[in-house]
Amino acid sequence: MQILKGTPVSPGIVIGEAFLLDFEEFRMPRRAVEPEAIEAEVQRFENAVDRVVAEISEDVKRLEESMPDGDLHLIFNGHIAIVRELVPTVVDSIRKYRFTPEHAVSKKIRQTIKLLTSRDDPSGFAARIVADFTDVEKRLLRVLFGRRGDSKSGAAGKSIVFARDLTPSQTMALDRTKILGFVTEFGGKTSHTAILARAHGIPAVVGIADVTREVSGGDTVIVDGTKGILIVEPDGETLKKYRALEKSFISFEKRTAEEMRAQPSETRDGIAVALLANIELPEEAKGAREFGAGGIGLFRTEFLYFDARNLPTEKEQFEKYRSVLQAMDGRPVTIRALDIGADKDVAGIASPERNPFLGLRGIRLLFERMDLFRTQLRAVLRASAFGKARLMFPMISTLEEVKQAKAIVADVREELDAEGASFDPEMPIGVMIEVPSAAIAADILCSEADFLSIGTNDLVQYVMAVDRVNEKIAPLYQPGHPAVLRLLRSVIDAGARAERPVAMCGEMSGDPLFTALLLGFGLRSFSVVPSAIPEVKKVLRSVTIAEAKQIAQDALALPDAHQVVEYLTEKTKRIIPELF
Amino acid sequence: MTIQNAHGLHVRPATKLADLAGKFKSNVTIHKDGQDVSARSIIELLTLAAAHGTELRIRAEGPDATEAVDAIAKLVNSRFGLE
Repeated sequence: MQILKGTPVSPGIVIGEAFLLDFEEFRMPRRAVEPEAIEAEVQRFENAVDRVVAEISEDVKRLEESMPDGDLHLIFNGHIAIVRELVPTVVDSIRKYRFTPEHAVSKKIRQTIKLLTSRDDPSGFAARIVADFTDVEKRLLRVLFGRRGDSKSGAAGKSIVFARDLTPSQTMALDRTKILGFVTEFGGKTSHTAILARAHGIPAVVGIADVTREVSGGDTVIVDGTKGILIVEPDGETLKKYRALEKSFISFEKRTAEEMRAQPSETRDGIAVALLANIELPEEAKGAREFGAGGIGLFRTEFLYFDARNLPTEKEQFEKYRSVLQAMDGRPVTIRALDIGADKDVAGIASPERNPFLGLRGIRLLFERMDLFRTQLRAVLRASAFGKARLMFPMISTLEEVKQAKAIVADVREELDAEGASFDPEMPIGVMIEVPSAAIAADILCSEADFLSIGTNDLVQYVMAVDRVNEKIAPLYQPGHPAVLRLLRSVIDAGARAERPVAMCGEMSGDPLFTALLLGFGLRSFSVVPSAIPEVKKVLRSVTIAEAKQIAQDALALPDAHQVVEYLTEKTKRIIPELF
Repeated sequence: MTIQNAHGLHVRPATKLADLAGKFKSNVTIHKDGQDVSARSIIELLTLAAAHGTELRIRAEGPDATEAVDAIAKLVNSRFGLE
């Protein structure tokens, strides 16, 4: 048993089998087998052999059915024989040299292949035999590393995904229904993996250095996303303890979700509060409604640009936006214009920069790439005919940018008008408040913006001057810092004075810890990851506006983030003790 | 004996050969250019990379050595019954 500590980014406890995402590189775990684990490793290898033999037998059966006259299946019978022949050698090296099964299998097959490739092969005969060995090796390693059956059977089990880091495009490619948990070596609370995990209510721990070398595919692991703990190959007692915790966590989540779904989103004294969902993919709209979302407060559109090798056409985009608007059935859907920069390697749109977070990103990039911008605007406008669409611009830092962006929208509207296309002429246009200049001068932006949406992830990062994915300075990323709190209150005040709705769509708005505080600041629109809706609703239904104002006032009087978080924890604990 | 089937001693014939060799009590070895391998091991047979036209020699030691050599030679000469 091995206990590793990381950063907790998505709460919950889950027990499952490890799956190493980077297995294609066949990175061998360096770990030698502990003497007391040798027999367990032998057993794991023998199980893998059984599984591979069963898999190949299935292929044989299928071949016999589809081509009864062929003798292709004999090749696969040969593969089975090869696998069986490997067993004594591999078991021997696990016992004698304490190799992991992965390493032992790979070593034996590499040796054989070396023999085959060491001599002249004019006819290419040896190369064909090498292919047979490679195939067998792949099958064995795939099972040993925990990736079973994959696309073929569709019956692959659920597993806990391990990776060094997950790029947005990698996460897009994952079948989320098969993921029990996430563990990565890099990243912080607001990294892509963390956001995705929370959105789906999947427990996750990030920032465990070298974890992909410590863990082998197929290991039994426990992920405690609440405390940030990973346990590899737990002993019986630990497993028992965590099974009980896992069960109670699931039932708490389910209970809260069921309890809250039908309840109106309002404070204890009956003040209505909009509780909206942040989504990344159109398919998530359905889940958002199941959690009781009153609309979509942030529909990120980057997915369109990660997925496609080619840039999305107007038609593709239009269809995606329309599908979300229709799924939300008349509820508001706020679509954010493409928000990328040099830190996100997206289809080669942005080129590398020395300082990407202060570089050509968000609206700045859209102005440079008018082709992308106009295509997206056309698609959004056309979709607006099918529901209550709203549009917002990311990374606004000056009033000029808002004016310029609106001028382009007006131009696109004229173009669509001329073509006779239908759209909502009243579609509200708002701005993200995530750059300090926009936050400090939010009142000025209100003259052009129909609404404001505070993006706390970036705002906190810029206010604190802390790269949120740099784990070395992670403790300085402080949403509870007095400077952040003062700034948030001032933005919310500016919106109220100008009679512009203010929403918040960052991580902070989905953290139940900050719910009462933000209500006290006057925030009446929270956009959160779908799975956080029940908890946030539970908190806001438990407080009155007067109580929330008191909490806000008390928190503002505290000198540092640590004390703020401590104070808010104590207050929130009384409302949802199960969370802590 | 000579490997006569067009595709050489690949996985299918090697499987058949190893199966057959396993049925005898004698140890059967196959020789090619100074390399000796056990006829019972598919992996070793495959490392011979014996393409079409390769010359192989069989040696068997044990109580049923003659029968083993005869049976294996017959299999090889019948092109492993595959073509």
